[in-house]
Amino acid sequence: MDPITVIRSRTVVMPSTNIDTDQIIPARFLTTTTREGLGAALFADWRYDPAGAPRPDFVLNRPEARGCGILVAGRNIGCGSSREHAPWALLDFGFRAVVSTEIADIFRNNSLKNGLLPVVVDETTHDWLLSHPGVELTIDLPSTTLRLPDGREIEFPIEAFSRYCLMNGVDELGYLLGQSAAIEAYERRAG
Amino acid sequence: MTAKTLFQKVWERHEVVPETPDTPAVLYIDLHLTHEVTSPQAFSVLRERGLKVRRLDRTLATMDHSTPTDTAQIFGGVPIALDSAARQIRQLERNCAEFGVELIGLQDGRRGIVHIIGPELGATQPGKTIVCGDSHTSTHGAFGALAFGIGTTEVGYVLATQCLLQRRPKTLAIEVAGRLGPGVTAKDLVLAIVGRIGVNGGTGHVIEYRGPAIEALSMDERMTICNMTIEAGARAGMVAPDETTFAYLKGRPRAPQGDAWETSVADWRHLRSDAGAVFDRTVHIDAGSVEPMITYGTNPGMVAPVSGRVPERPGDAVFAKSLAYMGLQPGESLRDKPVQVVFIGSCTNARLSDLELAAKVFAGRKVAPGVRALVVPGSQQIKREAEARGLAQVFLDAGAEWRESGCSMCLGMNGDTVDKGSYCVSTSNRNFEGRQGAGARTLLASPATAAAAAVRGRITDPREFIH
Repeated sequence: MDPITVIRSRTVVMPSTNIDTDQIIPARFLTTTTREGLGAALFADWRYDPAGAPRPDFVLNRPEARGCGILVAGRNIGCGSSREHAPWALLDFGFRAVVSTEIADIFRNNSLKNGLLPVVVDETTHDWLLSHPGVELTIDLPSTTLRLPDGREIEFPIEAFSRYCLMNGVDELGYLLGQSAAIEAYERRAG
Repeated sequence: MTAKTLFQKVWERHEVVPETPDTPAVLYIDLHLTHEVTSPQAFSVLRERGLKVRRLDRTLATMDHSTPTDTAQIFGGVPIALDSAARQIRQLERNCAEFGVELIGLQDGRRGIVHIIGPELGATQPGKTIVCGDSHTSTHGAFGALAFGIGTTEVGYVLATQCLLQRRPKTLAIEVAGRLGPGVTAKDLVLAIVGRIGVNGGTGHVIEYRGPAIEALSMDERMTICNMTIEAGARAGMVAPDETTFAYLKGRPRAPQGDAWETSVADWRHLRSDAGAVFDRTVHIDAGSVEPMITYGTNPGMVAPVSGRVPERPGDAVFAKSLAYMGLQPGESLRDKPVQVVFIGSCTNARLSDLELAAKVFAGRKVAPGVRALVVPGSQQIKREAEARGLAQVFLDAGAEWRESGCSMCLGMNGDTVDKGSYCVSTSNRNFEGRQGAGARTLLASPATAAAAAVRGRITDPREFIH
């Protein structure tokens, strides 16, 4: 995974609360055995009509959504199924970060593992972002701040080790494999 | 010594390396369950990096999600109808053969929904850490295990190292006083809990379900409760093991046998929260006030008593959008709403006691004209037992379909879907938009409520049939 330091991009706003991973990518697209190409299925049931044509009123189909790398979503995005296909689909579509007041546990975890940055902000900031779609934001991982167009900087929480891995392109599996002596000791101890 | 919670005890037993401010804990995983949908990309990573599965004895694979429930496709030599599903199933078979992972395969008599067969085989045990690339792994917490769903990247980590990197979650005690009333089930209780604390109410927490109402539940019922923990946003739910737990496990093929059984039970008795153990939060619920519940919206927290009405929330655009999807009006009565499909199945409610409850309602009655009722047992063993006890015949006589085991219409990956716009009373766990098929309208309820809806053709209080 390429190191992430600064993400600078315009936002797409989806204000719905509790956007579950079944919406992000419906189950019928999960019979794949690879992780590539899932962007085409992102939000499929909201994005396309039953005949498969794009719905012009859906936010991701609007011309101004093109090239936007930051998704601002309503509270509790990513709830439900553990499918990692959800962050894979968001990344494949071109998103690099998801901003909300709350991000569901498994989805947040899966996002961090794939370089999709989960950014949790306070309600005031969130309200401002929801009512200003398309603004350009700067997400600075080294300083864990989100910079608004007027220069305000909002700090966001992120687990220390995940941040380190994302910034340095460190492979977590490599780190875990490096713990093999401790794992063997545990296995001897636990029987 | 400080008083500890059940969660804390299980967590501490599995710390390979404790967490620090800079690094998460390395947590050892005792049992890794895996299935066809969330594992292919994890095996690919192992292959690319030349890694082996570290502990084959702690890894068990089966197929359930995209797997057909049609007998002819499983046993009759008829090709699996969905090509992509067939490819995924074959891929799991190849991956398991290549890496040496034990697979309970398509025609195996022990096959079933992964969260049903783990307990059924006795592989799920108190005090274990259990993971699976599936959010309903929380089910196994009913045995006092710490069990939670993970993504595919983490499936790869566990295959390669038998460990995960984890930050310690907070704890939430849900104290359930009193007793459930007649005709009120564990499903109604957990729907009431999700409605009460909300679909994000448990985020960041492990829930321990406690109190007399929980202690009075069977293992099947405790599994239903823990199963839907994730619907409140908590990754894991736990119940302290007790005599009910031990009686369920004793003699099961993968449970400890002989002297090891006694040693294990003696150890398991320590797995309960000490008096005075501190939880980060506590919520109190009175089981006696819970009624048969049904969802009306597009997340499991949007739930009301079967005899109730759709709430009114003027000015709430998200709520209005949800009701528009469901074709329901604020203030509308739920009772007597016509339904077109009834699904009795899933890791939430497809165990033998669930089928027995549904059969009580179906016995001597017919599925209402125009209603399709699908009964899908949670495992092949449950299927055999239901057939031996005459339950399957009750369903067939009523005009319901009786299938091979699998996830089926819970998420419609195998082609068992609900048509656009149709209402389906479902014993599954998620009423998300499109969950059971594009445009499908899901109403989550207990097996009793689902069966009552099937025979009436309308949303019905199951207490009209079960006294």
